[in-house]
Amino acid sequence: MSIPVRKYDAVIVGAGGAGLRAAIQLSEAGLKTAVLSKVFPTRSHTVAAQGGVSASLGNSEQDHWHWHMYDTVKGSDWLGDQDAIEFMCRKAPEVVVELEHFGMPFDRTDEGKIYQRPFGGHMSNFGEKPVRRACAAADRTGHAMLHALYQRNVRANTQFFVEWMALDLIRDEEGQVLGVIALEMETGEVVAFHAKATIFATGGAGRIFYSSTNAFINTGDGLGMAARAGIQLEDMEFWQFHPTGVAGAGVLITEGVRGEGGILRNSAGERFMERYAPNAKDLASRDVVSRAMVTEINEGRGCGPNKDFVLLDITHLDPATIMKRLPGIREISIQFAGIDPIKAPIPVVPTCHYQMGGIPTNYKGQVVNENGSTVAGFYAAGECACASVHGANRLGTNSLLDLLVFGKSSGDTVIEDMASGLKAHKELPANFADKTLARLARLENQQNGSNVHETRLAMQRTMQNHCGVFRFKDKLEEGVQKILEIEKQVAITEIKDKSKVWNTARVEALELDNLIEVAKATMICANARKESRGAHVRDDAPDTPEMPNGRNDKEWHKHTLWQRDGNKLSYKPVVMTPLSVETIALKTRSY
Amino acid sequence: MEREALNRLQWRCTRRALLELDLILGKFLVEEFPGLSEDEKQVFAELADMEDHDLWPMVNGTEVCKDARQAAIIAMLRKSEVRRPQ
Repeated sequence: MSIPVRKYDAVIVGAGGAGLRAAIQLSEAGLKTAVLSKVFPTRSHTVAAQGGVSASLGNSEQDHWHWHMYDTVKGSDWLGDQDAIEFMCRKAPEVVVELEHFGMPFDRTDEGKIYQRPFGGHMSNFGEKPVRRACAAADRTGHAMLHALYQRNVRANTQFFVEWMALDLIRDEEGQVLGVIALEMETGEVVAFHAKATIFATGGAGRIFYSSTNAFINTGDGLGMAARAGIQLEDMEFWQFHPTGVAGAGVLITEGVRGEGGILRNSAGERFMERYAPNAKDLASRDVVSRAMVTEINEGRGCGPNKDFVLLDITHLDPATIMKRLPGIREISIQFAGIDPIKAPIPVVPTCHYQMGGIPTNYKGQVVNENGSTVAGFYAAGECACASVHGANRLGTNSLLDLLVFGKSSGDTVIEDMASGLKAHKELPANFADKTLARLARLENQQNGSNVHETRLAMQRTMQNHCGVFRFKDKLEEGVQKILEIEKQVAITEIKDKSKVWNTARVEALELDNLIEVAKATMICANARKESRGAHVRDDAPDTPEMPNGRNDKEWHKHTLWQRDGNKLSYKPVVMTPLSVETIALKTRSY
Repeated sequence: MEREALNRLQWRCTRRALLELDLILGKFLVEEFPGLSEDEKQVFAELADMEDHDLWPMVNGTEVCKDARQAAIIAMLRKSEVRRPQ
């Protein structure tokens, strides 16, 4: 069966920061560029980023890209690739100034320069003292960035396909990527986008967890498509968690609440952080607080009927202080927990926030195979990609920087590759749509199958309970079995609505097909990595004098690669050679 | 409202930029929307088309909605309590 084919020079999937930045490069170079997005571009999850974007502009005090590089390598717990990290940190001032020229309304100093503020982990002179490196537009940095990038794309005549969902990559027998197959929600039509180059900028997959700060859109579509097309996924065991998401909802309670005197308590009302961090207490670093919370819950001191959360108490604070210093927090608690925090404490749990792993790329944005060779015609940037600049843990404000730098570099690389190898459209294989159409037909005809909502919830609960912020050998092993059982349910999802036009039930089932790939990869990679590093912390790899923080460089200083076929794992070395400077040698990560 | 229009509205309510609005609009659509008048449904659809950073401060109460028609729906959204994840 054939489907309509539309031809473009390049197709980009995803219209968040990375996709829009890549599209500018391509459209301004005169390439016919299509951008597919499940939502209107300025509804992408990049909007949720508040903190800022880092660049060693040195507007407020002396700074240097090399110091930024050091902070990023250290933040990554030495799992980040040093060539990519150098590339990103060196490019940061250029892409930030460029964004300013695109119309980004950065906060400014009295002299009119971009204002820079301090941020956790940003240091001068190789970890010596804090430095002001974060550039922001009030608390709307991501929002303002998307608007600036979108307007620039409109000017450059980028062609947007809004409310389209990409379903699968098209690859030929030689493995070259020739575009994507996509579904237009408004018509239900399935169309091939035949392209010389395909860039994935599909964002993260935080919805694999029950408690997630990610909006519902983050279903890992790019990762699912890549995995089904035989592309490996890299370092999927590494997920950043935030200690205080509202239990059950995931909505973030800012760290400012503890900064203003908020106290974490267990079911006995005890201020348990005094036992885990006698000095910093509730203001200890995110990972320390998150682990303490999980330990309390695991040891039976959680709160509520299922003893599955702890409490964030601000009842001792003056209500006027809460209203003045923490605007909106009272409303968040009332709306998402049914609790007025002036009268009662807020139920909170560690909550998934950011995906460090993804589709393996080099610093040019080219997707790479295990041996370092590139996948012809295929590029990725942003949270869906693993360059790897975040390694085992992302430094704050590097997520927006990642979008700008690798969005731009992937676009530049496409232009270079088109000048050499990718000059013409390669012919589509005769059967290119068969697998996708079979997947759609299976969903259409499924009887006595599983319920999409219930299956997704089972997956999310399994990920949260077995592969959360603090990990245990037995739970991980059991989690692998459970997630493979849930995969069988995903394979037989059934939808009652069979209509073509605006069938959201179908789209949600297709999103679940992508989520389960990411969930499997995460659980299997986490079970295999027998050390603690960055955001991956195992109970059976504790902090010892021989192995500080439980990190085992001798056996585990390497990237994980997961292959969907057979759930095979392999490993590749971390790139320790930067582009122009000396290696930042391994050492213990401490702040 | 016809199925197609309702499904489109559901998508635009539950694939937002911000999780907060996914949760609130999604729940409101299921629990409150069917009981609204046609005029109120229209106003809700207008709100759902707004940018998240314009809508969320009003729903969260940090900014006041100046449009009287919209303010009535915003007040209903502000009362809605959400504890159920998707």
